[in-house]
Amino acid sequence: MTSVSVRDLTLRFGSLEVLSSLNLDINEGEFLVLLGPSGCGKSTLLNCVAGLLDISEGQVFISGKNVTWEEPKDRGIGMVFQSYALYPQMTVEKNLAFGLQIAKLPKDEIAARIKRAAEILQIEPLLKRKPAQLSGGQRQRVAIGRALVRDVDVFLFDEPLSNLDAKLRAELRVELKRLHQNLTNTMIYVTHDQIEALTLADRIAVMKGGIIQQLDTPLTIYNKPVNLFVAGFIGSPSMNFLKGQVELQDGTPSVRLGENLLVPLAGYDAQGTMSDGQKVIFGVRPEHLTLTRDQTSGPSLPAVVELEEPMGADSLVWLRLGDQSMSVRTESNSRFSPGEEVVVTFDLDHASVFDANTEERI
Amino acid sequence: MDKVADLNNNSLSAQGDAGDRSVSEGPRGEKPKRVLTRRNIILYGTLIVVALYYLLPLYVMVVTSLKGMPEIRLGNIFSPPVEVTFAPWVKAWSEACTGLNCEGLSRGFWNSVRILVPSVVLSIAIASVNGYALANWRFKGAELFFTILIVGAFIPYQVMIYPIVIMLREIGLYGSLTGLVLVHTVFGMPILTLLFRNYFASVPEELFKAARVDGAGFWAIYFRIMLPMSLPIFVVAIILQVTGIWNDFLFGVIYTKPDLYPMTVQLNNIVNSTQGVKEYNVNMAATILTGLVPLCVYFVSGKLFVRGIAAGAVKG
Repeated sequence: MTSVSVRDLTLRFGSLEVLSSLNLDINEGEFLVLLGPSGCGKSTLLNCVAGLLDISEGQVFISGKNVTWEEPKDRGIGMVFQSYALYPQMTVEKNLAFGLQIAKLPKDEIAARIKRAAEILQIEPLLKRKPAQLSGGQRQRVAIGRALVRDVDVFLFDEPLSNLDAKLRAELRVELKRLHQNLTNTMIYVTHDQIEALTLADRIAVMKGGIIQQLDTPLTIYNKPVNLFVAGFIGSPSMNFLKGQVELQDGTPSVRLGENLLVPLAGYDAQGTMSDGQKVIFGVRPEHLTLTRDQTSGPSLPAVVELEEPMGADSLVWLRLGDQSMSVRTESNSRFSPGEEVVVTFDLDHASVFDANTEERI
Repeated sequence: MDKVADLNNNSLSAQGDAGDRSVSEGPRGEKPKRVLTRRNIILYGTLIVVALYYLLPLYVMVVTSLKGMPEIRLGNIFSPPVEVTFAPWVKAWSEACTGLNCEGLSRGFWNSVRILVPSVVLSIAIASVNGYALANWRFKGAELFFTILIVGAFIPYQVMIYPIVIMLREIGLYGSLTGLVLVHTVFGMPILTLLFRNYFASVPEELFKAARVDGAGFWAIYFRIMLPMSLPIFVVAIILQVTGIWNDFLFGVIYTKPDLYPMTVQLNNIVNSTQGVKEYNVNMAATILTGLVPLCVYFVSGKLFVRGIAAGAVKG
């Protein structure tokens, strides 16, 4: 069943169109991540769903109800902000109680809900403290608690972990995932961090310029990005892009990356047709390449090692391939020295070919 | 080129030597400071001169107000009183005459209080809500409204004096305290609104959004979220208004009548009354009495004042 549904949503600030006729359906209990660079409209979209921004055109449905013109409080949402947004003059307990008092809930009901939320988030010892006396991680927990006590169907997260340091971020990320598994509420989560997106999401919507570029499961987005932008945005270290040209031999296409550098595309799951001489960009992730000193089976090309970046568990080897450069992830104990001649083997199941003009996947 | 390299080497090795010596062998205790450096002499010298420059008039006033008239006639205005008397203070407060009225400053004081309290409360209450609405509820035409309000702050008072006289007369408030309170409230509006708007604009927007998601409306957010967070800016506003309205002379003399003159006007009339001998001691005492209220406000809230001004200035 659909939990949140956005229909032809358009938002303009003056003449600037921030979101243009956007459609999005989120299933009940789904964890949807809106991912994109700064200014792509992801937070704006979340604010529209929350009702904090009046939309120019379109409709928003939550739990089957048209809430396009409803106040935020009547939409059945709870929201968590990047800067925590705890009321500084109130204790944690009062912060949690604030919304419930405004909704005029009975006192014992409020107390019960706070108790339950505090238990789930393990913030019981903090209830009497003021936000200023809490650490960043504790504050964000309280902020999540404030959404939790509202007992709503949909949680909205606006970059909730961005103000935390790396270690705490990783911890809270796991906790959020656990929370979602236990609560089974619908969650919409805005972030610019692809790791958060890949680890948390049931589905990811990659956004750019107010338009959803691709909406799919994390693995599909990672393996089969629909265009050059999504391919480059997802994955770290990022995908190698090699300029090339299609060559058709007996109907089977190959990509020519340079002189003596021909990658046969037999086995590539093409979505469209390729024509002879078509300019393309061949994309392959560093982790989907194998580096050997001897010739192997499978499509492979000769290359020269430029430098190596050891990263602990593995290392990133930068290669020159004709006049283009690319990186390969290798095991850290297979040392390569600059200038060494090696062989790169491609895994075509995980490769992507994009049209150089439209930047769309072929 | 070689020489430079050489120098670098030298300095490096010198540093190395110093590093080798352990800290415990070096001199101990606090770093010695010289008190009489040229910098300190200039700095404190200037400060003392400036402080004296400002304090001397006050000193003369206090000293003169404690002297009797015979002593004043000796002409030595800096000498401390030989015989301390509080009679001038009593006279200034309750006996000094202005025209036919001989109640001293006390009547003016109470008039001023009756003007001050409602003006301050009213202007701050309205301006803070204005500022809050302008900063957080960007309603349609908010920018235009704000611009008009700010332009209002730059129109010279003199231009508006007579139109306001007519307006007050038409609504029947001319010559009454209520009319004066109204004038003070209106004239305080631009600067106070600007002050509050800037302060509320510096409050994180997400806090406001969180409150809206929590279901708080316009007034609930104002009273329960914004007000408790903005004590410093309220102190600033109170100080600005108290000193401004208390020290006002022009509006007081124009929009009220003699019975209702505020303390400043009363003071002027006492000091400038032409009959008889000029009683310098009474005049001094009266002046100090009049200035006492703003002075107290500054002393009590100086620290908060600075903090609030700084807080309000964060965003323009």
